[in-house]
Amino acid sequence: MLEIRDLRVSFDGDDGEVRAVDGVDLTLERGRTLCVVGESGSGKSATARAILQLLGPAGRVAGGRILHRPLPDSDVTDLAALDPMGPAIRAVRGREIGLVFQEPSASLSPVHTIGNQIAEVLAVHEGIKPRDSRERVIQELRRVGIPRAEERVDAYTFQLSGGMRQRAAIAMALICRPSLLIADEPTTALDVTTQAQILDLLAELKESLGMTLMFITHDLGVVAEIADDVVVMRKGKVVEAGTVEQVFHEPEHDYTRALLATLPQRDTAARAADEAPPEPLLRIKDLRMTFETSSGSIFSRKRERVEAVGGVSFDVPEGSTVGLVGESGCGKTTLGRCVVRAYRPTAGEILYRRSDGAVVDLATLPGRDLLPYRREIRMVFQDPYGSLNPRMTVGQVVGEPLVVSGVEDVEDRVAAMIEKVGLPRAALNRYPHAFSGGERQRIGIARALISEPRLVIADEAVSALDVSIRGQILDLMAELQRDLGLTYLFVSHDLSVVEKVCDRVVVMYFGKVVEEGTVAEVFGDPKHGYTRALLSAVPVPDPDLRDTRERLAYSG
Amino acid sequence: MIRFVLLRLLHVVPILVAISIVAFFIIQLPPGDFLSTHVAALEGRGESLDPAYIQALRERYGLGDPFWIQYWKWITNILLHGDFGQSFEFRRPVAGLIGERLPLTLTLGIATLVFTWAVALPAGIYSARKQHSWIDYAISGIGFVALAVPAFLTALVLAYLGFEFFGQSVGGLFSPEYANAPWSLGKLADLLQHLWIPVVVLGLAGTAGIIRITRANLLDELHKPYVVTARAKGLPEGRLTRKYPVRIALNPFISTAGWHLPSLFDGEIIVAQVLALGTIGPLLLQALKSQDMYLAGGIILIVAVLTVVGTLLSDILLAVADPRVRFGKA
Repeated sequence: MLEIRDLRVSFDGDDGEVRAVDGVDLTLERGRTLCVVGESGSGKSATARAILQLLGPAGRVAGGRILHRPLPDSDVTDLAALDPMGPAIRAVRGREIGLVFQEPSASLSPVHTIGNQIAEVLAVHEGIKPRDSRERVIQELRRVGIPRAEERVDAYTFQLSGGMRQRAAIAMALICRPSLLIADEPTTALDVTTQAQILDLLAELKESLGMTLMFITHDLGVVAEIADDVVVMRKGKVVEAGTVEQVFHEPEHDYTRALLATLPQRDTAARAADEAPPEPLLRIKDLRMTFETSSGSIFSRKRERVEAVGGVSFDVPEGSTVGLVGESGCGKTTLGRCVVRAYRPTAGEILYRRSDGAVVDLATLPGRDLLPYRREIRMVFQDPYGSLNPRMTVGQVVGEPLVVSGVEDVEDRVAAMIEKVGLPRAALNRYPHAFSGGERQRIGIARALISEPRLVIADEAVSALDVSIRGQILDLMAELQRDLGLTYLFVSHDLSVVEKVCDRVVVMYFGKVVEEGTVAEVFGDPKHGYTRALLSAVPVPDPDLRDTRERLAYSG
Repeated sequence: MIRFVLLRLLHVVPILVAISIVAFFIIQLPPGDFLSTHVAALEGRGESLDPAYIQALRERYGLGDPFWIQYWKWITNILLHGDFGQSFEFRRPVAGLIGERLPLTLTLGIATLVFTWAVALPAGIYSARKQHSWIDYAISGIGFVALAVPAFLTALVLAYLGFEFFGQSVGGLFSPEYANAPWSLGKLADLLQHLWIPVVVLGLAGTAGIIRITRANLLDELHKPYVVTARAKGLPEGRLTRKYPVRIALNPFISTAGWHLPSLFDGEIIVAQVLALGTIGPLLLQALKSQDMYLAGGIILIVAVLTVVGTLLSDILLAVADPRVRFGKA
């Protein structure tokens, strides 16, 4: 159906031309699912976008052919030879080949209703006026599993959840019934349970509409779930291609083997059960946090109180790592922010044991009295791009907590810390944009640790990183924990990471703790229905186990 | 929406009260009053006035009263009778003075606004679409010059050019023969002939500013994923640019659109003075110089109220245009 031969894609950068895709060959068989796997920068997205000539102003196809045969008996077109702005490629986009992107909230316009944006595809390709296609749009929304489609058709993207948005984006890509759907990391920005739903939906649509699917991802677990064929890319080249069984069981290339090795293995062999549990460093007792929001239509504005955290209690033993898991919106981030007192909890206690043994309740302390604890409880954020001030050098970023607290010899301590997190001393005078995502996260960790904290709250600290970088950062955190005797509260939606690094797990669902225990207890023998549903949604990186497991749903 | 508008209106009331007090306070700030200035001027010329007559004037205008009483008299007359008081200098009602200059002022203001937007938006959008082309550089270069040159200087240069090459009379909005003539087609044609200089002068800096902002906003939006999505649907470039990124890039303008309301009214005072335009701006300058407090106060109050009303209109417009604002998610 699609044959890519010796494709080369270049981007014009500040330092001259960058070859993002360098001689890629791949073949997409009709009716099958091809997964393109690789880390960021491997050229997998550029390859996908080159097919539709959507490389943006800086990028262009520098060579090669993309031979496309929309139907088994139709003529072959070389998409690479078409003018990126011309009518010929526009007729292919959305009609023959649909495209779904990673971030559904960013890839849909925030100021147009989803119905408007979907109807537009029909207006462009079939000349149907939006008011005549409304019924069809509603049907398509139903088709992708959006409940109350006749209302949602007039909704704006920000009124929908992430999963619903991605469903709307899929409806948009499919409404003209293209024969090929390219999905560029469509589930990366979603929760594990939502991801499972979207994967199921794509598989079902592919089957019922007789589509071919090209799926770009960095997650080998997802690959094992859905792929027929796999292409592994690295640095703009294909390093391995084959059926999913071949690639997983008999990988030929070292890089593929290395990728497979980073996969967290589901070994629930319990860690040596601890002796007497150490004193809790932090005790959270019946913590509540309520937000006021307004919602409703234009005419009937309702004020609602949303209880993001509704009476949560658990302990964080000193020197351990406690994982806090749940879907987005379950209140885990809010809880983390309450502990660092970025928020003032509505009710409850946050009992923190000082190094002299005295216990203070952080929940009610006024701002000034909190200052010493702000040095002892620190936070690492999810987004290593957004959480560093682009106008400050790394030295200033890391040193700021010290400057604020009026410590001397700031420079020496900052330099020592930056080396401790594995960055060169020369990094101090450079700005954050000069670093990769993984390096930036090291900077964020250095900033958190510079004031010699006792408790670090890592809020999705590795979620935005590639798998191999993620491994490095987790190793670094573990090493620092041993050296400095840190306690971690590890907030994450990624169960495999939590399983790997945590001693205890707390599972949250809609602001409540539904299950708590050691990793072995919770992962090995989940008691609560929600925990079981959550675990069943995690993609298992073994294609042989596909369809052997039941996907559990939970609604509480 | 209605609720939103009502709430905003409620917010506006105390602001208006505060603004009127501040306006009155400002015109009271300079030492002395109109009468003292007037008497001093007369005495400087060796004349003198009967102190009893001065006292009579003083009482008539309430000049001896405390601040709050003067303010109360002033504001209640405006609110209840539309009476902004008497101009000391012109010895005529302030409302009349402002009213006779209003049509010209609005004509000029609206013409400038239309010119600014008609030039700036297409230029800004084009500049962003063709970033790094020579046309982009040319538009940007001209824009920077236009921003940097003071408007009164442009006014002088253009007036000189108009006089030297087109034989136009310098200054004013009319040729001498039409200046005091009643309205006719000839007078209208004459006005249009003269209007372009002040419109270009007044609009130039604003145009350049809007081009820069449009270009910068649009450059941010053009590379957003939703634009790629629209392209992936097969939309033609022009149509998708107009529908998606331009729509969002316009938001900052919608939220400041109301600020043009007061500038429609007082224009660019210095430029109007240089070009001897019969608009309200020079009237304010003159009133301030001669401490003609009711005239100055009236104009300042109107400008201030228009600013508040303009901001209110902007807020409402933005809520209409952007669902994120309407649903409180921005």
